[in-house]
Amino acid sequence: MIRFVLLISRQGKVRLTKWYSPYTQKERLKAIRELSALILPRGPKLCNFVEWKGLKVVYKRYASLYFCICVDSEDNELDGLEVIHHYVQVLDRYFGNVCELDLIFNFHKAYFILDEILIAGELQESSKKSVSRVISAQDTLVENAKEQASSLSNMIAQATK
Amino acid sequence: MEQLKTIGRELAMGSQGVWGSSKEFLELVKTIGEAKSKAEEERIVLAEIESLKRRIQEPDVPRKKMKEYIMRLVYVEMLGHDASFGYIHAVKMTHDDNLLLKRSGYLAVTLFLNEDHDLIILIINTIQKDLKSDNYLVCCAALTAVCRLINEETIPAVLPQIVELLNHQKELVRKKAVMALHRFFQRSPSTVSHLFPAFQERLCDRDPSVMSAVLCALYDMILVNVKPFKHLVASLVSILKQAVEHRLPKSYDYHRTPAPFVQIKLLKILALLGTGDKAASENMFNVLGDILKRSDSTSNIGNAILYECVRTLTSIYTNPRLLQNAAEITAKFLKSDNHNLKYMGIDALGRLIKITPECAENHQLAVIDCLEDPDDTLKRKTLDLLYKMTKANNVEVIVERMVEYIRNISDNHYKTEISSRVIELAERYAPSNQWFIQTMNQVFEIAGDLVPQKVAHDLMRLIAEGAGEEDEDADSHLRSSAVQAYLQILKEPKLPSILLQVISWVLGEYGIADGSHSAEFIIGKLCDIVATRPGDDKLKGYVVSAITKICAFEKAAGQTVDLIPECVSFIEELYASHSTDLQQRIYEFHAVLKLDRDTIASILPMDASCEDIEVDKDLSFLNSFVESALANGSRPYLSDNERRGMGAMTTLASNNDAGTSSLLRFQPYEKPSIPEPAAALVTASHYSQDAIDQHDIYSKSSSNDGTRLKLEGVQKKWGRPTYTPEAQVPKNPINISDSVKVSSSAAGKEASSRNSSAPPYTERKQPSQEISAEKKKLAASLFGSKAGETKAKPAAKLQQNGTSKKAPAKPTSPPAPAPAPPPADLLDLSDSLPQIPSVDPVDQLADLISVDSSAATSTTSLVEQVLDAGKVATKGPSPQASLQKDSVSRQVGVTPSGGTNPDLFKDLFG
Repeated sequence: MIRFVLLISRQGKVRLTKWYSPYTQKERLKAIRELSALILPRGPKLCNFVEWKGLKVVYKRYASLYFCICVDSEDNELDGLEVIHHYVQVLDRYFGNVCELDLIFNFHKAYFILDEILIAGELQESSKKSVSRVISAQDTLVENAKEQASSLSNMIAQATK
Repeated sequence: MEQLKTIGRELAMGSQGVWGSSKEFLELVKTIGEAKSKAEEERIVLAEIESLKRRIQEPDVPRKKMKEYIMRLVYVEMLGHDASFGYIHAVKMTHDDNLLLKRSGYLAVTLFLNEDHDLIILIINTIQKDLKSDNYLVCCAALTAVCRLINEETIPAVLPQIVELLNHQKELVRKKAVMALHRFFQRSPSTVSHLFPAFQERLCDRDPSVMSAVLCALYDMILVNVKPFKHLVASLVSILKQAVEHRLPKSYDYHRTPAPFVQIKLLKILALLGTGDKAASENMFNVLGDILKRSDSTSNIGNAILYECVRTLTSIYTNPRLLQNAAEITAKFLKSDNHNLKYMGIDALGRLIKITPECAENHQLAVIDCLEDPDDTLKRKTLDLLYKMTKANNVEVIVERMVEYIRNISDNHYKTEISSRVIELAERYAPSNQWFIQTMNQVFEIAGDLVPQKVAHDLMRLIAEGAGEEDEDADSHLRSSAVQAYLQILKEPKLPSILLQVISWVLGEYGIADGSHSAEFIIGKLCDIVATRPGDDKLKGYVVSAITKICAFEKAAGQTVDLIPECVSFIEELYASHSTDLQQRIYEFHAVLKLDRDTIASILPMDASCEDIEVDKDLSFLNSFVESALANGSRPYLSDNERRGMGAMTTLASNNDAGTSSLLRFQPYEKPSIPEPAAALVTASHYSQDAIDQHDIYSKSSSNDGTRLKLEGVQKKWGRPTYTPEAQVPKNPINISDSVKVSSSAAGKEASSRNSSAPPYTERKQPSQEISAEKKKLAASLFGSKAGETKAKPAAKLQQNGTSKKAPAKPTSPPAPAPAPPPADLLDLSDSLPQIPSVDPVDQLADLISVDSSAATSTTSLVEQVLDAGKVATKGPSPQASLQKDSVSRQVGVTPSGGTNPDLFKDLFG
């Protein structure tokens, strides 16, 4: 089971966090601090896993962003690594050549996508296609709502003229 | 260049308006992004929180604006600040009809709240409504929230709807419903246990994503109990086969590997189902062989499957051919340049050697490479492997490596873990006692207070018992070398408390045994120990006992002991100590010093920490006393039950007792318990518990009003100036005798069972035959905790190795001897105070010393009688005798473990 997902920049700035097991705010901060200290200085050739408090953290660096997931000690690390990659691929497909800024300014989108991939700490959907389908269905809905809203405001504007 | 790109992005975003977020928010994100220091970021965020706090509470915030505020709250919280003031608004937003807002509300709520948050109750209703929604996206949003927010108590509120959703027409909803039920299973298995058939039905869902969601749930359920799922083996194997043969939809392919995540999940489940089940395992061999053949070892995901396959193969019933393949894969991993694969290889090797230990030898060099690798993760993993590979012939090397490793890390979690492993290995395979003691000292020095107390006890016991053979010379040599080593260690600054405790005990017990150190020297050292750690009461307790022992040894040897000034001032200080334990020790110390030479020699004999103390459980030495009391017209003892049966029996009550008791009756207080003030006054709760029980008995016998007397008793007990134990003990001398008689005859069974569970007068050890049985058990079960024992019983050791080969990874019992014999408690000064009759021990001792002339001459003989195993002492005033016995055991560092048995005294003083 995945305990939490953490996206941190090379400077140690948090870009996204999702906690699947209960952690208090204090524990969260502590975990982020400890893991940043543990992961960020690691060289490129070392392995992508760190052991941390009896759990394992699998991380992978994409450009300036570290994607980390914390898994149980019995879990398959390579599998975790691929879950990260899967998420990144879906993000990439959605944003079109994703970069850190996309995630900074659209973190809620990143959350929605993550929610489609992982639920309750388990990988729920391994098909990129169906994830994209759901997300775009939601987005059309949003677009529709927007159009409605704008047409409404147009109508109001016209009426008040 | 990168900067240019960034600017371009930003411009593009600004023009897009980025999904309706306001300029303000973008500005905020940007300024935070550009913050030069942590402090600056902090300042910006705090300002943002202030403005949000203000604005979010304004009346009539437009909903869209509110959504943005909430997103900003999410951002603020993500940066590690508290945004709890806005939670309620996020909850409100989930009520919104607009899906967009609702989803944002749910997202915020799932990020903000834990499942036990108070606000959850406000969301349940919305969730219930949304689960019934026609719009599947609403359903999904609600289900996602359910996975995060529903706790054990609220499961029933949503369970029926979710079960219904299992048959929803949209696969997305079915999948999330399965995941939600899985979550419920994790929270409280009983709530969904009736749904196992429904899960199995979903396993055959036409959509693979639903099937793979079921696999997650199945894995957890099988982990709990394999049996109900055994029949699934065939269908799971066929699903795996389909996946491997590319028969799942193409969209599940990942890097040209067919549905790898599904494969891995299935392999995990099969590993559970096939464990120890030959028939089930045989079903799997075919498909496993297929996977090994087909998987692509050049891609990461292919290797992930291969690794999982190796794991499965090592846990199911063995198949030599497939194991051979697994070994080849492992070898490939280990030889790879990729650190990740090396790591997996080490892990796989650790699993393989459980089944085929000899395969480790082929990879010696690779393993050594990994051990020397600068990558800490890899190094630690390799130490794990070594731990699994440890045998008697390589233990020294491996332990040395481990000790070296923990010396250099600062992470307490792993320091604890690895040091406990070192201790375990040392206990199991130690080649010599010398080595064992050295290793332990190293561990104590490095890991210090992370080492469990028990390890210290075991070490002390080893030093005390020696090799366990009848070789006194070797033992005493071991001891004096231990003393030497510890005196050496004491020169180092900053030793952990637990090591100092061991040192104090060893110095006290054996410091002057070989005659090379004078008592003054050792006492000086002991005082130095205390000086380094002024606030450590437990350590002081050890030191006082040690000094007592040394002084007693000296006196017994006919020499006078002149306490050095530091020691005197140290002792003076303790008279006023807040710790009653320390006070008692110090009073006893003085009492012992006043005794004459022979008495001391029998109370605290030299090198007797391993001797057994026989306890006369029936207190038969009191028989004559009882008889004479009966002859003088006392009433015979009635057990507690009998007395209660007699109801209005108040004849024993003295008049004034009865008189006062009628004034105060607190009916509700039926059961005696420790009153708070008493517990606060003294740290020794057992002690006071005893006192209370005793007084309770008095009161029962005297007036049937336990409550009043109990309270009074406590005050008397602990109010120092008015403390008059003699007034109570002689008050009912006849009762004592009565009780003894009955407990020794009629209630003998009861008493003995109590005694065996927790003897209040602690024997230093169980009777000797019990010890030997325990030793046998010790040797037979994986732990020859002492090198001496392993040496003494080479056959047993071989057997150990044999068994450990089969399952070295999961030692079946804790590192130290499992059947913890009483000696473990021997040295335990930790939490229970010496349990003695609630009368003041010092006063009793004083009694003992100042016994009238006839008693004075018989004291030594009395003591001998008491100590004499097996012999039933039949004369002498009993409390003194038992007290002496108790003092013997305590002075050598024994703490009776019988903290839980205050009942015994009921009979005694009834």
